[in-house]
Amino acid sequence: MANVLAVVEQRGGKLRKVSREIVTAARQVADALGGSGSVDALVIGAPGVESAGLGAHGADRVLVAEDASFGRYAPDGYAATIAAQAKAGGYAAVVMAASATGKDLAPRVAVQLDVPLAADVTALAVEGGKVVATRPIYAGKVLQTLEMNATPALVAVRPNTFTPVDAAKAGQVSKVQAAVPAARVTVREVKEAPQGVLDVAEAPVVVSGGRGLKGPEHFVMLEDLARAFGNAAVGASRAVVDAGWRPHGEQVGQTGKTVSPTLYVAVGISGAIQHLAGMRTAKTIVAINKDKDAPIFKVADYGIVGDLFEIVPKLAEEVRRVRAS
Amino acid sequence: MKIAVCVKRVPDTETRIKIGGGGGSGTGIDEAGVKFILNPYDEFAVEEALQRKDKAGTGEIVVITVGGDAAQETIRTALAMGADRGVLLKADAIPADGLAVAKALAAELKAGGYDLILCGKLAVDDANHQVGVMVAELLGLPCVSSAAKIEWGEGTAVAEREVEGGIEVVAFALPAVVTCEKGLNTPRYPALKGIMAAKKKPIEVKPAQLGPARVAVRSLTLPPERKEGRIVGEGPAAVAELVKLLQTEAKVL
Repeated sequence: MANVLAVVEQRGGKLRKVSREIVTAARQVADALGGSGSVDALVIGAPGVESAGLGAHGADRVLVAEDASFGRYAPDGYAATIAAQAKAGGYAAVVMAASATGKDLAPRVAVQLDVPLAADVTALAVEGGKVVATRPIYAGKVLQTLEMNATPALVAVRPNTFTPVDAAKAGQVSKVQAAVPAARVTVREVKEAPQGVLDVAEAPVVVSGGRGLKGPEHFVMLEDLARAFGNAAVGASRAVVDAGWRPHGEQVGQTGKTVSPTLYVAVGISGAIQHLAGMRTAKTIVAINKDKDAPIFKVADYGIVGDLFEIVPKLAEEVRRVRAS
Repeated sequence: MKIAVCVKRVPDTETRIKIGGGGGSGTGIDEAGVKFILNPYDEFAVEEALQRKDKAGTGEIVVITVGGDAAQETIRTALAMGADRGVLLKADAIPADGLAVAKALAAELKAGGYDLILCGKLAVDDANHQVGVMVAELLGLPCVSSAAKIEWGEGTAVAEREVEGGIEVVAFALPAVVTCEKGLNTPRYPALKGIMAAKKKPIEVKPAQLGPARVAVRSLTLPPERKEGRIVGEGPAAVAELVKLLQTEAKVL
């Protein structure tokens, strides 16, 4: 029987949205491996951490490892707890998230289990009994398909790519032992971003600005457009980040973030290869640029040619009007 | 202060990637005409090392890479920025298995007596985003990944790393491994003097003790092209039509 371990994520005691995606991906692998294997979702947190609702997406069991030191991310303890459970459970695969935490945690787990890690995976399959993982490389310019030749197959899935599906299973909750080795690093605090500010990598809508905005002061216009959408984050091209107009956390592209929002609005961005690589998997792309020959129009579903200083305020107004009606 | 910086030779980010190589198996990229650079995130690692050494007033910065002979150029770039010497762990091909690479680096770093090991947070080619953290774990050292800010103390440090919707503040003691995020510092450009000096700095070449590669690349493919879009119109007059299309056709509003 090929069981799969889904390592879910919480912050502040609440399960993060990506947890449902992790369980969905794990369910998919367990079903593809055949033999009616089960999915165990592992929740790591402080006593009282949320653990409900994972059965709905295909978790047969929900294992909760609690420790008072696990309220915040504790890299050494989390890794040891996952490794201990992975060894004890004899899993065929372990699925984690390629989130900020997962990117730090999964390589530690890989070493403790002495297995390779497929990171930032966007598609999973099973072929000839082996887990096969597809992942974008060169920031999405190429897709790499990897065959995992070790057990368990350890994969970290990219957030926002595995759409949670309903696959009701028992989701029975039980406690497992937390492993708490001496901490080599300690997360002292988490400074939360101001309320309402979404992360560019996670937001359903991204409104990005480039050099066409002519100066950092004009980004207020994009911030307003983002507010008009209600669920949008502001992004930026490398040029404007390098110029110091915007923080690097907002950069979209090969040396910034790769984003897959439902809607990506590129404002005053010409569309350098490294930028296109970072946003080409958006569902719908809108480009606003004064140059009708700008490469961004080659990937955009909808384009408007013209002066962004006239177009963007009008767009914000129109989006507000439509959303209010 | 003895600092190691792990670096990688990668194609320039403006490269248009063509699949080829891998002995015609389609599991590598066609390197013809491709300009290679020092991985951009590794530049932050090299810069941080230089600043630490300057601050300490004394020390040695060793640049280490796994790769073929051409990776010597990449080491030279870091030497031109100011690092002291290089080590090329020679491998005909860099495995897709990040753990195999991490084991080669860890084997070299283990007896080096380093106070600090710096890496880029990821290499912009295969974006494995794992080797630096694996090296730390293999060596049993504290590790902070994707550090965007570091306050250095006496034998300790506090780093900030970006998480979704916030900043995580992480405390650790040296020796440690830190992987560097953009924004940590502003990497210097190698000056002519540095470039000349780099030519005389030593690079040691030895075989990479790669771990077993247990990941096989089945294929590389190009992502599907996006469907040709259309220009809705010109100027603010086109906005109403755009919003209508977003609502009724794309259904994203």
